[in-house]
Amino acid sequence: MTDSPFVVVEGLHFARGEKDIFRGVELQIPRGKITAILGPSGTGKTTLLKLIGGQLAPDEGRVRIDGEDVHALSRKALFRLRRRMGMLFQSGALFSDLSVFENVAFPLRVHTDLPEAMIRDVALMKLQAVGLRGARDLMPSELSGGMARRVALARAIALDPELILYDEPFVGQDPISKGVLVQLIKRLNDALGLTAIVVSHDIQETLSIADYVYVISDGRVMAHGTPDSLDVDEDPRVSQFVHGEPDGPVPFHYPATDFFSDILNMEKRS
Amino acid sequence: MIGRIVSLGRRGCEVLEALGRAGQFLAQSAVGVPSREGWYLWLRQVHFVGVLSLAIVLVSGLFIGMVLALQGYTLLVDFGAEQALGQMVALSLLRELSPVVAALLFAGRAGSALTAEIGLMKATEQLTSMEMIGVDPLRRVVAPRLWAGFVALPLLTVGFSVVGIYGGYLVGVEWLGVFEGSYWGNMQASVDFVGDVGNGMVKSVVFALVVTWIAVFQGYDLVPTSEGISRATTRTVVYSSLAVLGLDFVLTALMFGGFS
Repeated sequence: MTDSPFVVVEGLHFARGEKDIFRGVELQIPRGKITAILGPSGTGKTTLLKLIGGQLAPDEGRVRIDGEDVHALSRKALFRLRRRMGMLFQSGALFSDLSVFENVAFPLRVHTDLPEAMIRDVALMKLQAVGLRGARDLMPSELSGGMARRVALARAIALDPELILYDEPFVGQDPISKGVLVQLIKRLNDALGLTAIVVSHDIQETLSIADYVYVISDGRVMAHGTPDSLDVDEDPRVSQFVHGEPDGPVPFHYPATDFFSDILNMEKRS
Repeated sequence: MIGRIVSLGRRGCEVLEALGRAGQFLAQSAVGVPSREGWYLWLRQVHFVGVLSLAIVLVSGLFIGMVLALQGYTLLVDFGAEQALGQMVALSLLRELSPVVAALLFAGRAGSALTAEIGLMKATEQLTSMEMIGVDPLRRVVAPRLWAGFVALPLLTVGFSVVGIYGGYLVGVEWLGVFEGSYWGNMQASVDFVGDVGNGMVKSVVFALVVTWIAVFQGYDLVPTSEGISRATTRTVVYSSLAVLGLDFVLTALMFGGFS
């Protein structure tokens, strides 16, 4: 049972209005590993996390977390399941009216009956793990982007979740913060043995910590495998994305009419 | 022509869908027994929407009572009926002006703030992160605000009436010289507790439900962008004002229109 995948996505279809976002996505997220979901901007990676977390419902297909069909659960059961999950948002999404300490203590206060002294110890341990114990009294508005994300990470692991979802954890970070976050994600995973899903388009940082990788494009899984196998993948679409080539199957130019005839037409008009 | 009918039909469907969502939202957030922490959150919101609205509501009530007395006196004195000033001020306030004006002020002061606050929490993903922590934002964020509004507005309306009647006294008795005994005596004799005070409070409770419901739903349902927040805040004030004035007519017709 422990070898079975922790998260299974089967035949996932999802559309926003007329636009198909996913057309039959299949994923198996192994237990206790870091799985990266990569893909160009606008492919719906964040939407995929929201579907896994039950914030959105698919048009077709199923998402199972540890055997439970997320979208078949009642609202109450879904909230119970979410207590076993943590999520790191792109913006950090800290509660703006609570201090750093209170943000981290929040999940402990609402989901446990621990005495105040214990809550304090656990929250400080989590803040120590992300290196921000000294910032406990600051308000979210006083934090830099990187610090806010680290506090959000401390809050996400406050209840020792079994699954943690990272939504673009490295986006908009300076190199030092990026390095800190890469290390933290890896270290937390090793120390706590939790299952992690990292959604990102920062290839190098993500591949350096991922155990398994899915590349999503055009509403489907384009490739999957270990970081090493993707690095040598000969599929031109995978190769273009993994090596960051500006032109290839995903064209540099947005579809347009012929350049020269466009210019000539312009000259005629003027 | 066909296009217009289609667009009218689509708009009708959207309105019905929004009403359905709003009804579901109200049922999910307002029903249930609050926890001990829920009471604390509720008290904080009563302070935010109620206590902080006191100044604007009481000052407006004072001025409206004073204006009523001034206008009433100039009319009544022509008929030698200025002794009925207390009765006129009290009935106007209790039956009509207090519930309506307090609700309109509440929509502008507290309703718009509720929409903007919840909307900003949505735009900065705070509501989503709360959901992912396993805490239902409808219970934790929306419910305390809803119940605070339900309780605060009727209390503010009482304050409005009391201060308004006192404003009428200041102008009518202290300034224009109406006999104090007839100001209070006529009021006491003509105001019926159930028919006037009670019906005014019923109006106020209905307005509280509607205004707070509109405000929190607009915040929760908005498009999470700065433009979305601005539009939703405007919608809160516009929809609340129209709902209050429209419902006031319906309730007045039912209570005082002689249909019963």
